[in-house]
Amino acid sequence: MSEHHKETFLTKYIFSLDHKMIAKQFLITGMFMGVVGMLMSILFRLQLSNPGESFAVLEFFLGEKWAPGGVLDPNIYLALVTMHGTILIFWVLTAGLTGTFANFLIPLQIGARDMASAFMNMLSYWFFFAATIVLLCSLFVESGPAAAGWTIYPPLSALPQAIPGSGLGQDLWLIAITLFVVSSLLGGLNYIVTILNMRTKGMTMSRLPLTIWALLIVAILGVLSFPVLLSCALLLIFDRSFGTSFYLSDIIINGEALHNTGGSPILFEHLFWFLGHPEVYIILLPALGIVSEVISVNSRKPIFGYKAMVGALILIAFLSFVVWGHHMFITGMDPFLGSVFTFTTLLIAIPSAVKVFNYLATLWRANIRFTPAMLFAIGFVSTFITGGLTGIILGDSALDINVHDTYFVVGHFHIVMGLSAIYGMLAGVYHWFPKMYGRMMNKKLGYFHFWVTFISAYGVFFPMHFLGLAGLPRRYYTNSAFPMFDGLSDINEIITFFAIVGGLVQLLFIFNFFYSIFKGTKATENPWGSNTLEWTTPVERIHGNWPGEIPTVERWAYDYSKPGAEEDFVPQNVPLKEGETEH
Amino acid sequence: MQLNLKKNKASKQLLWIGIVSIVMFFGGLTSAYIVRKAEGGWLEFEMPVWFTISTIAIIVSSALLLFAAQNVKSGKSATTLLLGTLFLGILFSYSQIQGWGDLVAQGVYLTGEGSNASGSFIYAITLMHLLHLIGGLVALLITTVKSKQGNYSKDNYLGIQLASIYWHFLGILWLYLFLFFNYS
Ligand code: HEM
Ligand SMILES: [Cu+2]
Repeated sequence: MSEHHKETFLTKYIFSLDHKMIAKQFLITGMFMGVVGMLMSILFRLQLSNPGESFAVLEFFLGEKWAPGGVLDPNIYLALVTMHGTILIFWVLTAGLTGTFANFLIPLQIGARDMASAFMNMLSYWFFFAATIVLLCSLFVESGPAAAGWTIYPPLSALPQAIPGSGLGQDLWLIAITLFVVSSLLGGLNYIVTILNMRTKGMTMSRLPLTIWALLIVAILGVLSFPVLLSCALLLIFDRSFGTSFYLSDIIINGEALHNTGGSPILFEHLFWFLGHPEVYIILLPALGIVSEVISVNSRKPIFGYKAMVGALILIAFLSFVVWGHHMFITGMDPFLGSVFTFTTLLIAIPSAVKVFNYLATLWRANIRFTPAMLFAIGFVSTFITGGLTGIILGDSALDINVHDTYFVVGHFHIVMGLSAIYGMLAGVYHWFPKMYGRMMNKKLGYFHFWVTFISAYGVFFPMHFLGLAGLPRRYYTNSAFPMFDGLSDINEIITFFAIVGGLVQLLFIFNFFYSIFKGTKATENPWGSNTLEWTTPVERIHGNWPGEIPTVERWAYDYSKPGAEEDFVPQNVPLKEGETEH
Repeated sequence: MQLNLKKNKASKQLLWIGIVSIVMFFGGLTSAYIVRKAEGGWLEFEMPVWFTISTIAIIVSSALLLFAAQNVKSGKSATTLLLGTLFLGILFSYSQIQGWGDLVAQGVYLTGEGSNASGSFIYAITLMHLLHLIGGLVALLITTVKSKQGNYSKDNYLGIQLASIYWHFLGILWLYLFLFFNYS
């Protein structure tokens, strides 16, 4: 395995065992799904800002059946919201983000030739691919895709006859998510074992780059929480398809009572959110890791508080398992239990604040290089703060009760999780693109992409907080039936305007990405002056990563601007000089 | 050799972490059981006797497997003992199915009119355990064939080790479920 060998088109691009190629497969699938998910949000935004109006785009994409006369059908509105959430959460920011960077960075940064099991790694992608196909197929079934929200609460998801999307669409959704979980588990197992066993000589855990720490903890979170989602989905499948009553009770449809008794939809919520909350950290932590790396490299300074950063990651991961109740404050939960969940939730603010302060301290008085990657990393710090602050409001049961299921929540989670993770992912793509494709992305387009994205993303999600405070509920097809919301239509129009601008500029990014793969200027081996091991590999991709011996590691990853060194960076494989102390 | 040891260690770790996620899966199911039970409207019934037979079968099978592994380590053949384990594993599966029959005879159904979540849980959870166990049977079958072909030796028995870890785990999991159903 250590030598590069001949590859055919099929083994190189399709059934590849090379972790770098698998990473690109995840990335490109994730980007494709990102476009699909984003397009959906723009379609349903049109309905929200201009309820009942006819649009040619709606008819173009959805056809005469789902957008008769160019007006969005209410059932399809729900389906689009559901698929948008599902795609962005699972396909783009779980598989697309972790799949890309765990596969790409783990072997390269720890100094391994490949993953512990390259075969499992390939399987992981192919399960993901199968999941993608099933999910996409569900867009084309007659009754439409699943429409019960990405959280698939019963009874809507449990009764095939409830709404059109509860039928075949929901079945396909469940199949897709099962395949998806298998893919995540195969990937996660592999990442953990690789990091624990395959580190090169000298790469102790305390010298691991923070990206790898973050990816390790994400993998552990996934291995612990995805199986619970599976058990939750299993009982749902039994209810849907075999007529059991785990989640169903006393349902009357068209005057006819169903036989189900004693089931509890609250049980579903407990099981679901036991995964659901760790899931938001599965999305966020890789971004935290990437941002740590990008900020340190481009500040030309060691990351501030390395150990505190690792500790904060571990603490966040641990706490994420004991906060799920904050999604259920209004389910009739015992107020005492509610206050316990409030307490644990607010505790997460502490390690989160540690991370923010450490980022700011790293940036403080630094000789910053404003690359596009760095701008997105700083953008991440911004959204992480903005979204984190509203999290404190939502974590407090007394306050949450007032804004639960309003646009305040939509604004909060898009900023803290959606935007932050997207920014982390974009920062990662801009930063590691030269290593992935041997060429540079266009910088000017990168700057333009950043600024338009940054402004329009806040333009979309910041005003949503005001909508929410005014009481506007989420997941509603239209608000025109309530005179109290009439005054809000201007805000809705502004949001849709920014959504369209923000969506269009992503196309520019995609153009930059593909154009640069073929036509970008050639990259050098270490274009950013970075310390981590991936930058010691040749520009030309080879299976096995290093042509000769794997380098040994002599120091941590953050020796930037070290006093006494000739250059402002000292790669990890450079031995300590006579008399030099480790950081 | 060095590389081999590293690989062995990695394979075992993979298996162990996989086991952790299976534990979380059953943890999710059994905690759902507890939460649902606490809400009342819970049908109480006798556990089928066949499940006790399952329990005995799987404990004995684990013991046989322990001896099989010991045999390999001291250079002897393990084929007979592996066959015994396999046989008891099949007996376990058979007794599970018989157990479901017992439940039906008692009027405890998985689904439909008159079914109750307490019964549905038993069916769903035991079915999931059985599916995992079928994976174990396949692993045992492979090791038995390999043992018959003389593929294992004193310093090469990773396959048996991995199959053993998984099989013992399934036994312990069943024991947990059995006690859980009887005493929770
Ligand atoms: C182009 C940018 C985006 C726009 C304009 C947008 C817009 C929206 C809107 C308006 C809703 C609420 C609809 C409703 O409740 O009726 C929504 C829901 C949602 N969005 Fe986005 N979104 C965008 C990007 C993202 C990203 C990056 C994520 C990734 C985390 C995301 C995840 C979700 C989720 C999970 C839901 C909830 C779906 C559900 O209720 O089941 N969105 N989006
Ligand atoms: Cu949460």
